[in-house]
Amino acid sequence: MTRRGATLIPSLGLGVVGLYFITPLLATGVFSLWEGGDRYGFAAYGALIHQPKLWQSLGLSVRLAIETILVGLVVLVPAVFWLNLRVQRLRPLFDFLSVLPFVVPPIALVAGMTTLYTGPDWFVGTANYLVVPYVILALPYTYRALDVGMRALDLKTLTEASQSLGAGWLTLIFRVVVPNLTTALIGAALLTIAIVMGEFTFANILLFNTFAVYIDYVGQTSATEASALTLLSFLITWLAMLGVLFTGRSGRGQVQIGGAR
Amino acid sequence: MSAATTPPPARAARSGGWFTFVFMAPFLLYVSAFLILPTLMLLATAFLGKHGLTLHYVRSLGQGQTVVAFRNSIELSALAAFVGLVIGGLTAYFVLLPGMPRGLRSLVTTFGAVAANFAGVPLAFAFIATLGSLGIITVWLKLIGINLYGSGFTLYSLPGLVLVYAYFQIPLMVIVITPALEALRREWREAAENLGASAWDYWRHVGLPILLPSLLSAYILLFGNAFSAYATPYALTSGIVALVPVAISNVLSGNVMVSQQTGAALALGMIGVMVVVMGIYALIARRVGRWVKR
Repeated sequence: MTRRGATLIPSLGLGVVGLYFITPLLATGVFSLWEGGDRYGFAAYGALIHQPKLWQSLGLSVRLAIETILVGLVVLVPAVFWLNLRVQRLRPLFDFLSVLPFVVPPIALVAGMTTLYTGPDWFVGTANYLVVPYVILALPYTYRALDVGMRALDLKTLTEASQSLGAGWLTLIFRVVVPNLTTALIGAALLTIAIVMGEFTFANILLFNTFAVYIDYVGQTSATEASALTLLSFLITWLAMLGVLFTGRSGRGQVQIGGAR
Repeated sequence: MSAATTPPPARAARSGGWFTFVFMAPFLLYVSAFLILPTLMLLATAFLGKHGLTLHYVRSLGQGQTVVAFRNSIELSALAAFVGLVIGGLTAYFVLLPGMPRGLRSLVTTFGAVAANFAGVPLAFAFIATLGSLGIITVWLKLIGINLYGSGFTLYSLPGLVLVYAYFQIPLMVIVITPALEALRREWREAAENLGASAWDYWRHVGLPILLPSLLSAYILLFGNAFSAYATPYALTSGIVALVPVAISNVLSGNVMVSQQTGAALALGMIGVMVVVMGIYALIARRVGRWVKR
């Protein structure tokens, strides 16, 4: 068999798979331009731009993403730092805890949370409450990204060097460890953005109007507007993932994120 | 005891335990409060009735509708995982073939990372725009005389859901299986060929046995991924197909007249399925470790 012949069937196979992945995107694009009958145009997009609810929900999701990143890092960075520096024996515990969010499906977690936490209102009554489960959702990815980043550093030497120069723990973490972790931190942050921007389960059950909930709401009245928002959502995921791929120089396969929400 | 480890800097040695507490406590408290306690709460809610311990609610999982929801969920996840396994596995294998163009690989990797994340409500709407009853493809096919919905196909069914789930299952499979495929050494194949093995012999006796643990663990990961999906089926079928996550959400939002305890029992059943599945995963992952480390 010639070389050309050997790749014929694989090429055809890849072509079919590619078609399956491109068709829904193209169809969504065409559909978002449909204005009824034979008319096509940007009416759906025009209508969306003037919806204050779109900007509110998009803004809310962005704000929640930033809060999730901050809370997640504040909680995780010291723990993963100390884990790698001094208490390696706790690693099995951390590995176990970080896969738990895969074992407890989001819909089950939200069921548990609603029965456990019914107040106080300043805590569960505002959209900021969503940050609590979002940090858990992002945990498998943030933990992995941080752990990989910390492992690549010689923490022991860094610690000893900065301490012999008189630095305290806070100085050590914020001025030595964190700046050395930029790549890992950006990777963790972008993955968190991708997760939070598309998150639907918690927001829908807890009745907060995030971006994904808004898309669902629009979809019940206008399919063309929902298609336009779908493309926007795809674009956001695309940008976040491109960012992860370009910052994460540690190689392919790092972006091991599960899809379903 | 701690003297056995490498000598730490003097300052830290004096206060090691206290520091461990300060650094670890926020994380451990957070996970306990917002992941472990809520899960235990489900356990308590599902087993506690008005008059103490009861198996009533857990037993109610055996009732008609619930059984249907669990069977649908498991069937759907098993099928969607299988489709992802086969098509994703072949895709990854084809991309890695020596004759393939250079840029193809990074294209597939990048797009795979995006598509694996492109789930939820937007994915449902993308497929409604494509193959829904008024979707672009449906309408075009009708123009050339093919009536998709007339011939029994509907997107809002189990087969329809499998078709949609494939959109995030295939790329996830590509991401997960590529390292295992790369670990297959070219020399093994050459050695087999020198000994007179056909391509079929090679895969039957060398390739697939080595890949088997990776394939099994990938299958289980895909199963869990499909099993916990909520947004996609919710936005797509709005309850036409009974699935466990949608059933739980109906209980939580008060759409159906059942007790909170039944919702907890449902969620617990879901966790139970996932524990079994992840347990198998952990066992297999340990075996995979033997092949990957080298």
